Amino acid sequence: MSQQTSHKPLVKKIVLTLFFIFLLAPIYWLTVMSFKTDTEIVTGLTLWPQDFTFANYTTIFTTKSWWSSYINSAIYVSLNTIISLAVALPAAYAFSRYRFLGDKHLFFWLLTNRMTPPAVFVLPYFQFYSAFNLIDTHIAVAIAHCVFNVPLAVWILEGFLKGVPKSIDETAYIDGYSFPKFFATILVPLIRSGIGVTAFFCFMFSWVELILARTLTTSDAKPIVAVMTRVYSGAGIEWGLIAAAGVLTLIPGILVIWFVRNHIARGFAMGRV
Amino acid sequence: MTEFNNRAWLFVLPVLVIVAFNAIIPMMTMVNYSVQDIFGPGNRYFVGREWFQELLGDNELRNALRRQITFSTLVLLIEVPLGIMIALTLPKTGRWVPFCLIILGLPLLMPWNVVGVMWQIFARADIGLGGAAITALGFDFNYSRDVLDAWFTIVTMDVWHWTSLIVLLSYSGLRAIDPAYYRAAQIDGASRLQVFRYVELPKLTGVLTIGIMLRLMDSLMIYSELFVITGGGPGSSTSFLSQTLVKKAIGQFDLGPAASFSIIYFMIIVTLSFVFYRSITRVQEGE
Repeated sequence: MSQQTSHKPLVKKIVLTLFFIFLLAPIYWLTVMSFKTDTEIVTGLTLWPQDFTFANYTTIFTTKSWWSSYINSAIYVSLNTIISLAVALPAAYAFSRYRFLGDKHLFFWLLTNRMTPPAVFVLPYFQFYSAFNLIDTHIAVAIAHCVFNVPLAVWILEGFLKGVPKSIDETAYIDGYSFPKFFATILVPLIRSGIGVTAFFCFMFSWVELILARTLTTSDAKPIVAVMTRVYSGAGIEWGLIAAAGVLTLIPGILVIWFVRNHIARGFAMGRV
Repeated sequence: MTEFNNRAWLFVLPVLVIVAFNAIIPMMTMVNYSVQDIFGPGNRYFVGREWFQELLGDNELRNALRRQITFSTLVLLIEVPLGIMIALTLPKTGRWVPFCLIILGLPLLMPWNVVGVMWQIFARADIGLGGAAITALGFDFNYSRDVLDAWFTIVTMDVWHWTSLIVLLSYSGLRAIDPAYYRAAQIDGASRLQVFRYVELPKLTGVLTIGIMLRLMDSLMIYSELFVITGGGPGSSTSFLSQTLVKKAIGQFDLGPAASFSIIYFMIIVTLSFVFYRSITRVQEGE
């Protein structure tokens, strides 16, 4: 192993360093901008804020339309992750354990929903969710995001469940476990890492989505991504404020990665490899 | 091996209900609209295939499709090899691993329009670090006026945004390889290239299938980032399928043409993905 890694260590280090600089440079710029005043941003290039200010962050934390939008996003993203996992688990179990009428077609059909561009759904969703009086509620966005997250969750979980030997099911039934008990106490703990990976992906794709979230909300459930577009289209662009809001959207993601980092490494390793 | 049991449908039922609610009904609405000319509530006429015929000969759609395919091909060709390469160079153990993984995850967890906002600033020659750096090298860089600069900006942005996905997937695939394989290859005197081709690549096909499919699908739907950075411009040189569709559906509020556009768009993506999926799984079976 050591011979592998010490092959051309210097070249490797340079390549990695360059790539990480490329990844971090725009984020660095956004972060630095969030601590600058608007005049400093537009008047010249400064690598570090000359006039260091927290004003942009203060504005966000004291204006309700700003901070409540973060809470709105967090609510529908969590709801979506829970719903996606809850419906995808049994389905993934069925796909991994049984053959049934139309299973392959059903699986591909599910995947086609992951392929549908959200732009296609903008119009019908607005009318459809209006008809159910669901516009501007968190649950509406959570359910709408299921259209791409549920197929993805089924796809990933099915890979993990395939890795669990079938003899485990049979032994459990012989030992007198009922199906729900077997599912909750044996199977779910076994694919814990898989569930972690799936939750990460559901969270990620729901958190970053803009078009559907913007279409389905007007004020009470407006997510941060939509609030940012609104400020953006205003006449005078407040760059500092936008930068600060952008930096804050990174924080939930960092927290999620931190908590699931071990699951992700282990999960991918036992999953679809 | 797996038993045939139609009761398994019961397990699939919740997924069916929720996806049908979200996909089948809206899709049928679109089919319904696509064959009508709609002027307002109660004022609509059946036009049959007219919109479809018009669209298939429409230059706007064709050009958007051509640009879309160029873009998707470009980003896949850059991101997949680059991602595998970075995954191979990442350290396998050590205290830097968690930090590397978190930094790699950052671009993935940034909302898409925030990515757009960030790159819009970053690539500006007057107030952005990246744009200023390119200008300092002696290029006249302006992505809102020059077509080539605009393309360069959005492709770089996409590489920034999504290479990490390929890196993370490949990295976890590589970690799952038993060290015994490497030892065996070493005893056989395999070169680095041979180790990659016969030990690492076969183990990566599973995760790479997911990665490439996700990249293909998502690059075909790209909207939010471009909406912020270039808005489809200069002219319509970076206007892809989603931009064109949203402009039709919301900007001009042409329900009929927008609906038929949606259906054609959906068909294009499904066909491309299906062909891609089949060819990848073919290659895997051939391994």
